[in-house]
Amino acid sequence: MTLAIDNGDPANALPRRIGWVGARRALSYHLFRYRRTWRGTVVISIVNPLLFLLAIGLGLGRVVGNHAPTLHGTSYLAFFAPGMLAAAAMQNGIIESAFPVSRATAPGGSYAVAKTTPLDPTDIMIGHLLFMALRIAMSATAFVAIMVALGATRSLSVLLTIPAATLTGLAFAAPTAAWAARAANPEAVGKLFKWVVMPLYLFSGTFFPVRQLPPVLRDLAYATPLWHGVQLCRSLSMGTATLGAALGHAAYLAGLFVVGIVLARHAYRRRLYV
Amino acid sequence: MDDGLFCSCVILRLYCLISRDICNRAVLVANLAPVTALVEARGLVKVYAPKDRKSEPFTAVDGIDFTLHRGEVFGFLGPNGAGKSSTMRMLSCVSPVTGGTISILGMDAATDGRAIRSRLGVVAQDDALDNELTVRENLLIYGLYFGLSKAVASERASELLQFAQLEERAADRVSALSGGMRRRLSIARSLLNRPDVLLLDEPTTGLDPQARHILWDKLYQLKQQGVTLVLTTHYMDEAEQLCDRLVVMHKGKIVAEGSPRQLIEAYASREVLELRFAVTAEAAPADKIREADLCHRLEVLPGRLVCSTDDGERTLAGAHRLGIRPDSAIVRRSSLEDVFLSLTGRSLVD
Ligand SMILES: Nc1ncnc2c1ncn2[C@@H]1O[C@H](COP(=O)(O)OP(=O)(O)O)[C@@H](O)[C@H]1O
Ligand SMILES: [Mg+2]
Repeated sequence: MTLAIDNGDPANALPRRIGWVGARRALSYHLFRYRRTWRGTVVISIVNPLLFLLAIGLGLGRVVGNHAPTLHGTSYLAFFAPGMLAAAAMQNGIIESAFPVSRATAPGGSYAVAKTTPLDPTDIMIGHLLFMALRIAMSATAFVAIMVALGATRSLSVLLTIPAATLTGLAFAAPTAAWAARAANPEAVGKLFKWVVMPLYLFSGTFFPVRQLPPVLRDLAYATPLWHGVQLCRSLSMGTATLGAALGHAAYLAGLFVVGIVLARHAYRRRLYV
Repeated sequence: MDDGLFCSCVILRLYCLISRDICNRAVLVANLAPVTALVEARGLVKVYAPKDRKSEPFTAVDGIDFTLHRGEVFGFLGPNGAGKSSTMRMLSCVSPVTGGTISILGMDAATDGRAIRSRLGVVAQDDALDNELTVRENLLIYGLYFGLSKAVASERASELLQFAQLEERAADRVSALSGGMRRRLSIARSLLNRPDVLLLDEPTTGLDPQARHILWDKLYQLKQQGVTLVLTTHYMDEAEQLCDRLVVMHKGKIVAEGSPRQLIEAYASREVLELRFAVTAEAAPADKIREADLCHRLEVLPGRLVCSTDDGERTLAGAHRLGIRPDSAIVRRSSLEDVFLSLTGRSLVD
C-alpha cells in the first residue's frame, strides 16, 4: 500500500492490517537484546528463588518435620516448593515488567525509538509481554527441574505447574506494565516491592497454609491473586488438583491478566502518543 | 493530486480490499504518478491537555500550513518553545493532531500512521540509543522493527557505519561514544529502512563546533543522494547552510517562509551595525539614534544596539557625529537572526 520508491525493499513489506506481525517484531527486539544481556538476569530470577528453596525447604523443613498437623503428612519441602514456584513467578513477573517498562518509557528509552517505526503502542506492549511470558516460563522451568531433582514432587501433573506459574507471573506482569507505563519511577517501583510484593509473599500461603491465619486475614488472603497461583501450583505439584478448582484459580488469574492488558493498552497509547 | 486520479485511486483501493495482491501494484503506480508534494500540512493545530486541574490546555502549534517537496531540505527555525518538536512529532505520526490534516506520501497521517512510519526516518531530540549494546548491534536490532532479514540488516549496517564514519567503533559499546558520534549513529539508524523522508529534531544542539561541521557534511551528503530532509534548529547558520526553504516559527505560528536569502531580503536590511556598550550603560544612545533616524530598525539588547541599515559604515559615522562612543562596533551582513528579530522582536537564543 505504500509509495515505495524501491519496490523490492523488505522494509516496505508491511501489510495494512498486520495482526501479530508488529508484536512479533517487538518480541524479536527483546530476544535480540536478551541474547546479549542474559547473564545479568540469572541471579535474580533463578538463583535467588533456588536459594530460598534450599534454605527454607530443606533447612526449615527439617525443623518442621513431616508431622506438622496442617501438612497432612507431606514433607514441608513438598508443600513449600510449589508455593515458592508461584511466588517466584509473581516476583519475576513484576521484576520483568516494572523496571524494564519504566526504563523503556522514560525519555531516551527504547519505546521512544520503537514508536517511530511501523509498530504501534499495542504492538510494543504485546511484544514486551510476550517476552516477559517467556522469561517467567524459563525461570519456572528451571525451578521445576530442581524441584524434581530434590524429590519435592512425584506427580506427573507437576509439568502443568510451568504454564500455571507463567500465568501467575503474567497476571502480575500485565497490570504492573500498565502502571509502569503510566507513572513509574525507581522510587515508586521500590514502594511496590515493599508494600505489595512482600506482604503477598508472606501471607498468600507460600510458607504456611492460610487456614492458620485469623479469619479476617485468611479471607483477605483468599482474595489475593498470589494465593490462587500458589493453590494452583501446589495442587498440581502434589497431585491433588481437581478440574473445577484448577479452572477456578486459572480463570481468576487469566481475568487479572486480561484486565492488565486492557489497562496497559490504554496506558501505552496515552504515554507514547502525546 | 488531481480529483480524477484521486477517485480512481480510491476505487482501486476498495477493489483491493476484495481481491488483495493483484492490484496493489496498480495502486502503487496510480499513487506515484500524481504526487507533487511529499508532505502537505493544512491548518495544523496541537493542543496539549492540561497536566493537572489547575493548568489550562496549551496550544503548542496554532494553525500552520506547509508543503514539502521531494528532495528538498526544509527547516523549522524558532526559539525554544516555538512548537518545532510538537510539529515534528505530528509529522512522525506519533502525536495525534488536534486540528487540521497532514498528508505524507499521499497517505493520511491520522489513519495510515503505520504505513507512513515505515517510510520515515526519525532522529529525535534525545538519541535513545541502547547503551548496553554495541554500535553495530544498535543498528541490527533496529532492523528487526522493519522485518529486515539478518543479511539485509547486516549489509545495510555496514554501509551506514561507513557513512557515519563509525566503522572503527562498530564493536564498541555505545556508552563509550562522544556526543557527535552518538548523533551520527542515531542518524545512521534512522536510515536503515531507506526512508523517503528523514526528520531531524535539532540535530546539532549540544554538539561542539567540530562535531557540528561533520554532521552538516553528512546531512549535505544525504541531500545530494536525494533524501528529503526536514529539520528543526534554533541556529541561524545551520538553517542558512542546510535549508533550501524554511519557515520561521514563533509561539506556534509560522511568521515567515522562504529560502534563507529570500527571508533576509524580505525582512532584513542589507547590513547590520552592532554597537556594544558596557552592560551597565544607560539606553540614552538609543534615543539619540532614533531621533536622528539613522537606521531602519533599532533593537535594544542588554549591552548592545543592533541597527539595521543599508550602509553600516555610514551609520557608524553618523553615530560618531552624535557623540556616541561605543566600546566596539561591528558592521556585518544581515543574517537570519536579524530576520527573526524584526519578525518577533526577540532574540532566537535566549
Ligand atoms: N507533552 C506536552 N504536554 C504539555 N505541553 C507540552 C508538551 N510538549 C511540549 N509542550 C509545550 O509546548 C510548547 C512547544 O514545545 P515544543 O514543541 O517542544 O517546542 P520547541 O521544540 O520549538 O522547543 C512548549 O511551551 C512546551 O512546554
Ligand atoms: Mg524541541
